Order: sequence, then C-alpha cells, then structure tokens
Amino acid sequence: MSRLEIDSPSRADIVIEGLYKDLERRIESSPPGLCPVDMARAFLELCHAQTCGKCVPCRIGLGQLNHLITDVLDGKATMETLEVMEETAVSIMETADCAIGYEAANMVYKGLIGYRDDYVEHIERGRCICTYSQPVPCVSLCPARVDIPGYIALILEGRYADAVRLIRKDNPFPTTCGFICEHPCEARCRRNMVDDSVNIRGLKRVAADFAGEVDPPACAKSTGKKVAVLGGGPCGLSAAYYLQLMGHQTTVYEMLPKLGGMLRYGIPNYRLPKDRLDDDINSILKTGVEVKYNVKVGKDVTIQDLQKEYDAVLISVGASTDKKLGLPGEDAEGVLPAVEFLRNVGMNENMDLSGKEVAVIGGGNVSMDAVRTAKRLGAKKVSIVYRRRVADMTALYEEIEGAVAEGIELQTLKAPASIDVDENNHVRGIYVTPQMVSAIKDGRASIRPTGEEDIYIPCDALIIAIGQSIETKHFEDAGVPVSRGKIKTTSTGAFEDMPGVFAGGDSASGPATVIKAIAAAKVVAANIDEYLGYHHIITCDVEIPEPNLDDRDPCGRVNLTEREACERVCDFEGVENCMTKKEADQEAGRCLRCDHFGYGIFKGGREKLW
Amino acid sequence: MVNLTIDGKQISVKENTTIMDAADQNGISIPSLCYLKGINEIAACRVCVVELEGKEKLLTACNNVAEEGMVIYTNSPKVRKHRRNTVELLLSQHDCMCVTCPRSGNCSLQKVANDLDILDIPFRQVLEHQKWNKEFPLIRNSEKCIKCMRCIQVCDKVQGLNIWDLEGTGSRTTVNVSGHKTIEESACSLCGQCITHCPTGALSERSDTGKVWKAIADPDKIVVVQVAPAVRAAWGEQIGLPLEEATIGKIMDALKRMGADYVFDTVFSADLTIMEEAQEFVERFTRGELKDRPMFTSCCPGWVRFIKSQYPHLVKYLSTAKSPQQMFGAAMKTYFAQKIGVSPEKIFAVSVMPCTAKKAECEMELFYEEYAGHDVDVVVTTRELVKMIRSAHIRPETLKDVESDRPMQEGTGAGVIFGATGGVMEAALRTAYAIIKKENPPADAFKDVRSKGFNENNGVQEADFMVDDIKVRTAVVSGLGNTRALLKKIESGEAQYDFVEVMACPGGCVGGGGQPIHDGEELAFERGKNLYDLDEKMQIRHSHENPDIQKMYEEYFEKPVSHKAHLLLHTDHLDSMSKYGTGYTKLK
Repeated sequence: MSRLEIDSPSRADIVIEGLYKDLERRIESSPPGLCPVDMARAFLELCHAQTCGKCVPCRIGLGQLNHLITDVLDGKATMETLEVMEETAVSIMETADCAIGYEAANMVYKGLIGYRDDYVEHIERGRCICTYSQPVPCVSLCPARVDIPGYIALILEGRYADAVRLIRKDNPFPTTCGFICEHPCEARCRRNMVDDSVNIRGLKRVAADFAGEVDPPACAKSTGKKVAVLGGGPCGLSAAYYLQLMGHQTTVYEMLPKLGGMLRYGIPNYRLPKDRLDDDINSILKTGVEVKYNVKVGKDVTIQDLQKEYDAVLISVGASTDKKLGLPGEDAEGVLPAVEFLRNVGMNENMDLSGKEVAVIGGGNVSMDAVRTAKRLGAKKVSIVYRRRVADMTALYEEIEGAVAEGIELQTLKAPASIDVDENNHVRGIYVTPQMVSAIKDGRASIRPTGEEDIYIPCDALIIAIGQSIETKHFEDAGVPVSRGKIKTTSTGAFEDMPGVFAGGDSASGPATVIKAIAAAKVVAANIDEYLGYHHIITCDVEIPEPNLDDRDPCGRVNLTEREACERVCDFEGVENCMTKKEADQEAGRCLRCDHFGYGIFKGGREKLW
Repeated sequence: MVNLTIDGKQISVKENTTIMDAADQNGISIPSLCYLKGINEIAACRVCVVELEGKEKLLTACNNVAEEGMVIYTNSPKVRKHRRNTVELLLSQHDCMCVTCPRSGNCSLQKVANDLDILDIPFRQVLEHQKWNKEFPLIRNSEKCIKCMRCIQVCDKVQGLNIWDLEGTGSRTTVNVSGHKTIEESACSLCGQCITHCPTGALSERSDTGKVWKAIADPDKIVVVQVAPAVRAAWGEQIGLPLEEATIGKIMDALKRMGADYVFDTVFSADLTIMEEAQEFVERFTRGELKDRPMFTSCCPGWVRFIKSQYPHLVKYLSTAKSPQQMFGAAMKTYFAQKIGVSPEKIFAVSVMPCTAKKAECEMELFYEEYAGHDVDVVVTTRELVKMIRSAHIRPETLKDVESDRPMQEGTGAGVIFGATGGVMEAALRTAYAIIKKENPPADAFKDVRSKGFNENNGVQEADFMVDDIKVRTAVVSGLGNTRALLKKIESGEAQYDFVEVMACPGGCVGGGGQPIHDGEELAFERGKNLYDLDEKMQIRHSHENPDIQKMYEEYFEKPVSHKAHLLLHTDHLDSMSKYGTGYTKLK
C-alpha cells in the first residue's frame, strides 16, 4: 500500500493558471477612466470567489459588501449605505482570519476613503462622473500624442518615409525616440490582452532606419516674426521646428558647441549614436532654424536683451546641473557628478579609467549610463552603490539588465555614509551603511540600517548620479517665476506677468523624458503662434491605410536584440540591433488598430492636426 | 475598381467602398441598426456582421472596406446565428412592450427582430432605469435605448451642440445629457434631430395629443387649429397617402371631423410674418444698422434657443418678429376672438408643426388688455397629428379637400415655402423688394437662395441681389452645425451679409424633428421641392398681396410695425429669454 502520491496538476488547474495570466495582462492594460466604484465591485467579486469559506467575515461579509456596492451603482443607496459599508469593511479587516478576507475588505475600504466623491455622486445623482478616457491607449499615453496606429499601419505597408512624416507631425525626433524613448505608449497596449504589448519603440526605429533621409514639410509663408529659443535640447529644437513650419524665424541659443542637449551630452553614444541624432537635428535645421553656438544665457546674453530683440522668447535650457550628496569630501578630486562625466565623454574629452575601480551612486537611468560608460573607458571594476534593492531602482529594467551583462557590480542596500579622501585630496573610497528593506510607505519599500558596521568600498573615481537640477539664478534675477528649483509656468507654458516669454522642457517640468520635452514643445509652439497673433495648423497629409482584417491569433512580441556584451563594452558603438524587415512586418501586423476597432473609431479617433 | 464576391455574386466596386455599400449597390441589403452613413460608422451594434472566407472572426460591413478578392457571405449559417444572437442580446436590455411605444411599427429594432423571426429571448431581461422629466418636450426612455450612439453623433456632428454623451463606464456605459447636466440645464435646442435619427423609441417628443382631445371635449373651449406649411409635405408618408393626394385641405377635413371648431393654415401667418419682418428689414437696412452684423430671421425656435445659449451677444441681431405660429396664436386670441365675439380665454389655440422646439416656443407669454396667457396653448407634431387621425379611426381615403376658415383663410406661395430652407428669405425678399420699389419683383427673382440638394455646400446658400444700385447680401443656412460655422465666419469678418435666414434642422422645417421618420433616409430636400411646386402653382405669390392680410391690417393692426403690431406680433427676445420653454434655465 503506498502512503504518498506525486501531485500532478489537473487539466482544469492548467487552464485556470493560464487564465490567471490572461487576467494579469488584462489588468495591466486596463483602460484608465473606468468607474472606480464599478471596478471595486468587480474586484470584490473576484476576492469573494477566492474565499476559503471557513470564516464568517470573509465568506459572508464580502458578499454583503458586494450587494451594498451594487445598490450604490443601481442608484438604490443612501448615505447611510456608505456608513454601513465602511463599518462592515472595517469589521472584516479586523476580524477575518486570513489575508483573503482582510485584504479584500481593505481594498474596499481604501476606495471608500480614496474616491468617496464617486460614491457620493452615484448616491446623490444616480450618475457616474467617470467617462471612458482612452480611445486609443497608446496615443493617449504618449505625451506628444503621436499617431501610433497610423505609423504602424504605414510600416506594415512598407511606407517608411510616410511613417516618418506622420511621426514628425507630433514629434520631430523619430530616430532619437526610436532608440531611446521610454515608450509609455506600450504600457497599456491592448495587445496585452491577447499576448503582449506591441514593440512600438522598436517599430519607430524601423521607420527611422528604413526610411532614409526624409525632408521636412515646407514652411508656411514667413510671418516676419522672430523667436529666440534658449537651449538646443529636445524641447528647444522641437519648438524651433514647429515655429519654423509656422513661418516664424527662430534662433536657438546653445551654450555648448553642438545641438542636442542631454541627447548629445547626457545619453551615451552606445545608446543613441550621435550620427543618428544628427539625422533628426539636420532635418530640423533644414526648416531654416538659426543657431548661435557657445552662447550662455545669463553670461553672454541676458534674457532682457533677447526680449527686446525678439517677438517671443522660449526658455528651454534643460536640467544641466547635478544634485549633491551633501557629504564631506564631495569636492575631492576623482569625485564628479554624472552629468559632468557624461558631458565630457559627449565632448570627446574621455577620462582614462584603465585599470581603475569606479563606484557610481544612484539607481536611475543616468547611473546606468555612467557605469556602462565607465566600463567602456577601461575601468577594471565598476559598481553601482544603491541604498535600496534592484527592484526599487528607477532605471528601466532593460538598462539594468544591460549593465549587469556588461559586468557591472550591483552593491545594493548600501547607503553612502562618508567619502574617504587621501592626503592629496583625491578620493580613495566610500563608506556605506548596510540597510535592510523595511515597511512599505506610499507604495514603495523603505529601508532602515541593519545596525551592522559600515562597509568600505575602495574606488579611484566616484560618480554621483542622484539627480539633476536646473540653473535658475539668471532667470530668477530677470523676474521669471521660479519655485522649488524649477521655472514655474502656467499650463500653457506662459507666465502671467511676462507676455511673450514662455518656458518648457526639463527646466519647467524638472528632469523628465525626451518625449515629455517634445510634448511641451508642441504646447509652447502652438501658444507662441497664438501669442504672435496667428493660428497656424500643423498637420500631415499622409493617408492612413485601412486596417487589415486578419484574425488576431496570439503571436510573440519581437524584442530588439543587442550586440554581444563582451564585444560591445570595447567600444561606444550602438548596442541595440534593429528588427529585420521580416520581423518588422510581423510586429507591425500585431497592432490591433484601436483607431479602427473599439472605442477609437467613435470618440477620439484620429487627431489630424493641432 | 475592386473585384470581390458577395453571396456568390461576382461584383466590382470603386476603391474604398464599404462592404455595406458594395452589397447595397448589387441589390443585397445587409441589416444594421447603429449605422448612419457619414455620421455614425462605429460598428457598435454588430448586426451588419458578415463572414469573410478564410477568417474566423466576423466583420462589420458598415465600416470595413471591400478589398480585392474578398469572398463574403452576408447570410451564411454562421452569420445568421451570430446576428440572431446579437439581436437577442439587444432585446434583453430593451423594453419590448412594443404596443405602448411611440415608434411601434416604425422601429428598426422591431423590424430586425421580426425579420429574424425572434419569438422569444433566451436571456434574462435587465432594463436600465434613468430618471427623466416627463414634462420636458424631449423625452428619453432609457429602457428603449440600444446605445447605438446615433443621438450623440447627430447632435455633435450635424447640430454641433453636444447635448448627448456617454456616461458611466464598463457594462454600465449609457447615454445621458453631456457635462453631467440634466436636459433642462443643457443647451438643447429641441430641434428633435436626435429623435428622427433614433432607431427605436428611446427618444421621442412629449405627447400632447391628450391635451387636444381634452380641449375638444370641453364645451367651453373653442378649439382653433393651425397647420404649418411643412406638415403637408410629409404627413401623407405616414398615413399612407401619395404626395399628390396628401393635401392641406384633407388635413383641414380631418381636424374638423375630429372636432376642431376652426381650422387655419399657418401659411396665412407666414405671410403676416413677412409683412412685419420685411418691413423691419427694410427699415434696419436703410438706417444702416446692418453694416457690421446682419439681421437674422427669428421664426425657427430651435435656432432662437441655439443663439440664446451659444451666441447670446448676437441675440440683438435677431428680427423681433414672432414666428408665424406665435403670430397666428396672437391673432387668434385678439383679432379673431373679437370677430367671433368671444373672450380670448375661451380660445384654445392648437398648432400642428413639423417641429419639436415649437412645443417650448408656445410657452412664450401673451399679454393683451385683460388677457394673460399664451399665444398658442398646445403644439402637436406631424407624427402626433397622424396618430390623432388614426385614433379617430378616420379612413384617409374618405378625406376631402376642405377650405380653412375665414377670415384668415388666404395664403400665398410665399407663405408656403416657409417650410423649406431659403423659403423665409425668398418670401421676405419678394416683399422687401416691393416695399422699396413699390412694384412686385418677378416671383422667382430670388430663387438663388434655394438649396441645391440636401446639405449641399454645407447647408449654406449665399446670394447677392441688386435693388437698383443697392446690393443686398444674403445667406441662408440650415443645420445648427452649419450655422455655427457660418456664424464663425461672420464674427471673424470673413463673411458679410445684410440678412441671414437660419433654420435649425437640415433642409429646413420639412426635415424637422416632428416629421415622419424614415430610418436612414433624409427626405428634407424632396419634401422642400414639393413646397416649391405648390408655390409655383399659387395664384398669389407675394405675401403683401394676401387679401386677408391686407384686410386684417385695415381692420386691426393698421400697418406693419405699428404700435399694436409691436405689442402682439413682436417679441423682445432678451426679456423672454428666461421664460422661454419648459425648464429653460436662464443663461449666464
């Protein structure tokens, strides 16, 4: 007689496991704007189905909460219902035997507190204040509102140059974004409900790589108006591009010898090859943008001068200085901010790090750029020193993965305590305090010291990558509103008391992404145009192909491959490979064309102009 | 050209033709519910699904384009099964009490379900209950709504008012008044285009037939009915009389047989309106008041509601003349009451209109000596008129041509064309010319203001006319979306006119929100042609030559724009703004 048996999952178990995965992906691509009361009801139903049935508060209480929420949704509830709900939820939270019960009740409770207005509206007016707000998920999540289904459809037809033209209607940096956009568009891609999000950034790269040189559209008739743009980064150049198209003569004042801002002097060549960045910049310059290089506002020219000389002035100077650790020894030799380190490399002033040990403090994307650059400069050992865990790093997962593959050490749960400096005032190492992960605060795991002794990490160079800030002094002196280290504009990019002056990009938003800077550029360009007394329309006459009517069978997502790590660390050449034509066709075919199918064709639709 | 096969038939169609149109051009009708060409092509109802050979998923025919080599089945077993299932699902959320529905017998859902021979619904019936003010002239019954979204689209795209919108999310998504308002708080023009474009009975006008029957039954009331020009162009469609037989005379007969004491044709008061409005125009024009902004016509209450809510600063440019309906009401309760020797309180004024906004306009107050009330007491639409005739079980073929009553009997061709876009302008110009030149123009001298086709040139017809060496710049527009576009041009200075006629409904009153409904068809232009034909056949085609009008001025109003005319036939739009229409809240 056997005593034990080996478990094997039943067919039903396997299927339901698959369905759990389907549901996870579905929740991931849940369209924003859904009624939270209705969603709470839906979640609660799932929670209630999970109950083991043993303890009363969970088995019965969750069901009763569900009835009460349904009453609210059906317009049958009163304010008293809310009280009953709150009391019941608290009771379940405090009496249920296990997490299935108390966490489910907690979800309801959080909603009762967090979106009480919605509950009240349902009760008092029998109506919901929410409306479905995501006609085309990718477009609405792209800060610059690029017509993503449109250009993917063009790629599918092999019309790459048209795809570039369409992208440029909203984003004059198609190549750059094909390489380094953070692609918020992919987050809620509806294709997730079928299998996985579409590789939108990869397809943009396809368009840029396959199209060849595409000229910008013709500019409108000259208006005779002149606009000064301070700073030739993504915001300044995008605004200059659109203003030129609108017929205004723009002049970009750039403090460095070349254009591009952080794209050139912050992002390393291996992520965004400079010749490819130049593709975008050259197209922008073809519209007739004038550039004055090596001119720093506040030093070589004042904003007051520019106000006199130009009809409008745009401040888009970016966030080009660094945040300090605030530890003694930070001014020692060998300690340098990541912004400066990367800028020097961008200017081909390479440090020789051969055989040296380098430590980089910080867990963001800039930190990853710094470590991988240090590795390429010949460092023997490069470490990231980070206070929290890898999971808490703000850098994109692919960036961390890329760094690890290139042999970077991750020293996590170590908070910088002091900098060790030798007799020549040169950094020798850093003491770090060991940390352990602790309670979750505001959704993020906090840390606390373990109480163990500080650890010493020797290093020949210490790079600080804990954030950037903005040089605001000149602007503040000139009367531009500044608050919390940022230039403070209205939502239109203008200032209440300074007609004709606008600001956008990192200097107004704080350090952010390229696509956000481009989005801001659209806003300021349109508003400068209005301010100058015009109403020029930016549009694109490329016709969008009808969707293909094939069944949408599940199909894996094409991810971009990278050059072998051991090979790529030896140079600064691009790391990422583009898709092949075959891959691009398959990937473009995965797009569900939410502009045609679903709510996209009803409301929202296609924004053909701005 | 694109070659494809539909239901075994090989056909060629132009590129970019939808599957729906491709099938239709080849004699195959694909059933649909939400589809409204050019306005609502959102593939929501899924009734028009077809099977594309080689594909598992069905396609909607309304918004997908025919492609080379497609092999399509519009009625395969798979299509039939799914179409039927979809309609059963729709019925599970639809109040299927068809006998008490205003659209019974003229409902697209009923037709599709009947055609599919659906005799029971396998699903649980769950109806949505939304509160609605039943006193408001526009009624929405959420239990009948199939969420086709046509109302939202018509109001957005055709009328440019965005009164309707989606509300709620997920399975509870529904249609409601936009911006979280109630219908009374909204800027609804009451044009009724959402009603005439609703495939079911979810939207309808408030039924006022009971009030008319009650007045008829009341021995103390003298029921006096007027019938608008556009009604004659359409009532036959619903009652089953061919165009040439569906005369105004037969409406008069029907009304008399139902018990109306006196019957009149609004054409008479259209002529009266022209007397006042043309005079006003000539005066304002010669005083140079129209240099910057034109005078706008004021006989369309949908337009008047629109301008008050959307362009309040332009209200002062409206003609102060009341609409023909209101003028007739005022004349009935004064001039006519005096003639038959009764007090105005005894008169119950009914009007039969192609219009839903008239139901609110009639609440305009009338003060005359001791009398304080309304020009018109109740308005019924063309559709309600036909229902009344049916409920009186009058057989249409037994109706005879009966003349309207004296002394407000005569009407001219100028009054008849009031029902079509351009008609008011043309009628006014005929008389304005005569005022200036002291001689009649040829009746067709101003036919350039007539529409060239339904919504042709975005509903706008512009024409300049020379009266001696004076140029009169006119524009005619119908449809409120088109109107908004034209007003933008006027405000920006891009367009300049002296006189502008506006009608809220595309094609004018003939396409009004109270007219018989033919799903998917726009009949305004055809109906309008009928009015122009009638005008051409009339003996008198200039309002000022109407002998009954001349007599009424002689005996009562003295002359156009006299003091008495001002009291009874004109209105201060600004003053009446807050009182105008049920629940019409004062606009900021």
